[in-house]
Amino acid sequence: MGFFNFEPATLPPEAEALRPEVRAFLAEALKDKRPVDRAWNWMGHDQDFSRKVGEKGWLGMTWPTEYGGGGRTFFERYVVMEEMLAAGAPVQAHWVADRQSGPLLLRFGTEEQRKFFLPQIISGNACFCIGMSEPDSGSDLAATRTKAEKVDGGWKVNGTKVWTSSAHLAHYMIALLRTDAEDKHGGLTQFIVDMKSPGLTVSPIINLAGNHHFNQCVFDDVFVPDDRLVGKPGGGWNQVVAELAFERSGPERYLSCIQLILELLGVAAQSRDPAMVEEVGRLSAHAMTLRRMSLSVAGKLQRGENPSLEASVVKDVGGVFEQSIPEIAARLVEEEPTLMGGDNFQQVLAFLTMEAPSFSLRGGTREILRGIIARGLGLR
Amino acid sequence: MSELRNILTDSVNGLFGDRVTRELLTRFDETGDDGGIWAEVEAQGLTRPLVSEENGGVGGEWRDAHVLLSAAGFHSAPVPLAETILASWLAERAGLPVPEGMATIIDGSDGSLTIAGDGGSAKLSGTVARVPWASKAETALVVAAQDGGVMVGAVRLSDARDISASQNMAREPRDDVSFDGAPVRVAHLPNDLPRDVILQYGAMVRAAQIAGAMDKVLTQTVQYANERTQFGKPLGKFQAIQQELSRMAGEAASSGVIAEAPFAALDAGQNPEWQIAAAKARTSEAAGVGATVGHQTHGAIGFTYEHSLHFATRRLWSWRSEFGGARFWARRLGTRAVDRGVENFWADIVSG
Repeated sequence: MGFFNFEPATLPPEAEALRPEVRAFLAEALKDKRPVDRAWNWMGHDQDFSRKVGEKGWLGMTWPTEYGGGGRTFFERYVVMEEMLAAGAPVQAHWVADRQSGPLLLRFGTEEQRKFFLPQIISGNACFCIGMSEPDSGSDLAATRTKAEKVDGGWKVNGTKVWTSSAHLAHYMIALLRTDAEDKHGGLTQFIVDMKSPGLTVSPIINLAGNHHFNQCVFDDVFVPDDRLVGKPGGGWNQVVAELAFERSGPERYLSCIQLILELLGVAAQSRDPAMVEEVGRLSAHAMTLRRMSLSVAGKLQRGENPSLEASVVKDVGGVFEQSIPEIAARLVEEEPTLMGGDNFQQVLAFLTMEAPSFSLRGGTREILRGIIARGLGLR
Repeated sequence: MSELRNILTDSVNGLFGDRVTRELLTRFDETGDDGGIWAEVEAQGLTRPLVSEENGGVGGEWRDAHVLLSAAGFHSAPVPLAETILASWLAERAGLPVPEGMATIIDGSDGSLTIAGDGGSAKLSGTVARVPWASKAETALVVAAQDGGVMVGAVRLSDARDISASQNMAREPRDDVSFDGAPVRVAHLPNDLPRDVILQYGAMVRAAQIAGAMDKVLTQTVQYANERTQFGKPLGKFQAIQQELSRMAGEAASSGVIAEAPFAALDAGQNPEWQIAAAKARTSEAAGVGATVGHQTHGAIGFTYEHSLHFATRRLWSWRSEFGGARFWARRLGTRAVDRGVENFWADIVSG
């Protein structure tokens, strides 16, 4: 008893009141989307859609009104997020900025940075990407080598970031850069990099499915002005740890395969195959559990508590859950997965089977998360 | 958390933490004797969290019962606390006298139990297998068939024709009981309760006990991993051990979160059926992971009778199958999902 604190959270009426409006908006905005399009889930990128979400006031919902934010609760934001994910809305163009870059700037940014960037995020016009991983720095984030050297009026950046999702579409990157070669953790600093900067070359890394989500970003004497440094020089490590708590806490960590559950349910409703009916029920029980856990983390955010440990638990258990779904669907339904032709089930199964390996890699590998949990248990 | 809930949490953990020792549980295994714990449980009013104060209860909420049941599961308390709490609640809700002493619950709503006659002459007949604690309890609250409907009845177990003793793996009584015209006090099942109320609420209390036992196994296993040294360092320093204990911790956390859900639903005046189904399905699945990782980490010593780990793991293995196992409740949830169709799936997840 007492390793974790998953305080039960109930959505307040003002949060529930948003739900019908979000559903109506999505029903209209997504009416032409096929199931396999929805299966992209939060990897789907559509800046126009993000602008429409911004117009509804559903970006930066929890941020202070003085920056154009909604001044609303994390619970209200939670309802909007989970409805978007459940419907398979293409949220990628605003997801990262709304989830972590904006909160980062609110916490550590300068007044000028907040006034300049937050309104762009809130209107759905600014797409952010996260420059953390490097060729020799994956899970071992403190091995970051891409360096920023002090020059007149700013910093000169050289090195390479990889696995940078949406870098080819993003307007800005929050980059974790080395500003002191001698101090492993204390020598890291965060910067906002304009993706149009001269010397920055973004090239695609195609995933095994043939899809383009992530990229290699090569910095060759890229100049970043002084006023784009975020927080304290050398404060990057602690800032990133805080940021990752946001990255790991949301409902996207268990809903990536919701479209395949829906397709499996469709097949089960037709066939009434007892094994399929039972499995749909089992998945429902898991989803109901994970939703309550995820909601509890939203409650911690609302109370201003640090959700790092509980968020890691949700992402670990949620990752196992969402990654299991293509395996279950392939075992239960005797149809061959395909992206060429085929019915909705076959297409969604094919798409998610090939995307699923990333679910326990992105945002912190399963092994790293379990290391964090082990620390919470007092084992390390 | 309410003040009452804090008081109950402290009382129950104080009592069981002090008294439910390995020695006591060993004696229970050998003789069925609870070492006087039950008298203490009753004296502290822990059997009546849901009974009104005018009937000698605490007048609490379902979540007050939840903390008692989690604690009973955590400590492997060898007493029918869950059964007596439910029997006392159902008796009062149905307008029957709240039973004194140990009580249990029997689901005969499928027609396995029938009631003939009414008023002072009602008689209960039929046979039900694996009734929890029947050989120890004084009273059973039953839901039994009558004229195509069901009635609630309170029957003295000394009036049973036969009680054939059996046990679960934790040596808790699970007895076959038959009645042949036993006198029974009857009442109508309250309108807001389902026919299978005993099955549903029984599953709910077992899920809470499982969540408590999962926490116990996790706590014991973490402690052992930090104490036991091999290759010059504590087991817990090995990444292979850390990874498995973290997985188990995720299952324990999941169990705790979903087990509380139906109690909260009841306190909010909602129908708890789907939260109960999810809670019993999910915790029953988690129980196997908890027991497996717990034993693997403890090694051979945890496989001995002498080590106390098995008091919780034998309960996990038993409780996951009682009042419907993981598949039973998954089928219920799945049947609802296919009946309601794809368009309602997400809305049903959100509303529980």
